[in-house]
Amino acid sequence: MYQFEYQTPKSAADVVAALKADEDAKVVAGGMTLIPTLKQRLAMPTTLIDLRSVPELKGVREEGGTIVVGAMTTHAEVWADPTVKSKFPALSYLAGKIGDAQVRNRGTIGGSIANADPAADYPAAVLALNATIVTDSREIAADDMFTGLFETALNEGEIITEVRFPIAKRAGYAKFRHPASRYAIVGVMVAETDSGVRVGVTGAGPNAFRVPEMEQALASNFSPDAVANIKVPADDLNSDIHASAEYRAHLVTVMAKRAVEAAMG
Amino acid sequence: MALTLNMTVNGKARKVTVESNALLSDVLRVNLGLTGTHVGCDTSQCGACTVHVDGVSVKSCTMLAAQADGATITTIEGLAAPDGTLHPMQAAFKEHHGLQCGFCTPGMVMSAVDLARCEPNASEEQIREWLEGNICRCTGYHNIVKAVKTGLTDMQSGGKVAAE
Repeated sequence: MYQFEYQTPKSAADVVAALKADEDAKVVAGGMTLIPTLKQRLAMPTTLIDLRSVPELKGVREEGGTIVVGAMTTHAEVWADPTVKSKFPALSYLAGKIGDAQVRNRGTIGGSIANADPAADYPAAVLALNATIVTDSREIAADDMFTGLFETALNEGEIITEVRFPIAKRAGYAKFRHPASRYAIVGVMVAETDSGVRVGVTGAGPNAFRVPEMEQALASNFSPDAVANIKVPADDLNSDIHASAEYRAHLVTVMAKRAVEAAMG
Repeated sequence: MALTLNMTVNGKARKVTVESNALLSDVLRVNLGLTGTHVGCDTSQCGACTVHVDGVSVKSCTMLAAQADGATITTIEGLAAPDGTLHPMQAAFKEHHGLQCGFCTPGMVMSAVDLARCEPNASEEQIREWLEGNICRCTGYHNIVKAVKTGLTDMQSGGKVAAE
C-alpha cells in the first residue's frame, strides 16, 4: 500500500468538503473492494476519507411504504434487520448471499452501489425495486444510476447517503454465484412494484440492466413459464474464464424463472 | 502518516502508534504480539485472520488498523478464560479434532463464535454456508462442522470442559 492521510469526518457535509479540498482523496466505506485495491497498489489516493463516523449514514428505517437504508449499513445489518426481513424478504435474502459472513459484516450498501461492480448483487435490487439513490446533493432514479463498467451517475466528490426502496408487492432474487467469490455470475431480481413488474439483472453485462420483454410478459402472467422462452442477446454480455457471454445469456433466463418462483413464495 | 490508536483488545486498553496504511492483522501480530491471528492469503479469502471487531467477525487483513480506532477487539487469545479453561467452541474443536495442521483454526473458531450470535441453532447446512469465508487447506471440514455443531450447543448450555 502507498502512504495516505486518513480522516474521519463527523458529518456528510464535512465529507463532501474534504473531497472538494483534495481531488485525489478517496472515500472508504466498508473497504471490501478498496482495501484489496490499495494492497495491490492499483490506487494511490492522497487521503482516505472514512465514512464510519458519520452517524446519519447508518441504519434502516421504514418511512410510509419505503424502506430507507443508510449508505453505511452493512450487508449483515440489512440481512438481519427485522423490518427488512418481514416487509422485504427478497432484499434480506440478497444481502445474506453477498460474499461471506466476514465480508457482510464490513461491506456496505452504499459502497457496493457506488463501486458498481458488474457482478455485485445490490444493483439488481436497485433496478428491480425501482430504488432511489439519495446523495449529498440530489436524488438519482434507479434507471439512471448504472452507466457502465464500474461507472455510475455519481459526480466527482458526490457521496451516497441513503437508498430508498419502495416496498414491493412481491419480489424474488436468484443468483448463479461464483463458487469461490460468491459474486453473481448472473443474478436476477424480479419484483412486482407499484410501477409495474421490473426485472433487474446483474453479473451478465458491464453494468446491471432491466429486461423489458420479461417485464411485459410477467405483467400479464406472473409465472416462471412467462419468461421461460425469453432470451437476452449475448452480444453485449460479459465473457470470461467463468462463463461465456452465451452461457450468461442462458443463465439470465434460468435465474429469471427461479426469481419468479421465489417471488411467488 | 502516523496515527495513535486506542483499542480494547481482549479486555485490555491498548494504545498503538502506527502508519495510516497499517493493516489490523499486522498491528495485532507485530505491534501487539498476538500471533494467534494468522495471515493465510492476505487477500480476504481464507479467513485465517478472522477476529471480532465490536462483536462481529471481520477479516483483519482487509481492515485498516485506523478503522478500528476506538473499537473493542477479540482475538483467539481472548476466548479462553484467564485460568486457561477453553471457550466452549475451542473445547469442541479439541473434542472433535476439528483441525489438522491448525493454521486455519483461529479463524474457524472466531467465525464459529460469531455464528452463535447470528444463528445459535444453526443446522449443518447453515454451518457449512457460514464457514464459506474460512478455508481449510487440509480440507478437514467434516470435523470442523461437527465441532461447530457441538460448540454451538455447548455455548447455549454454558459450556463444558473439553474431554481429557
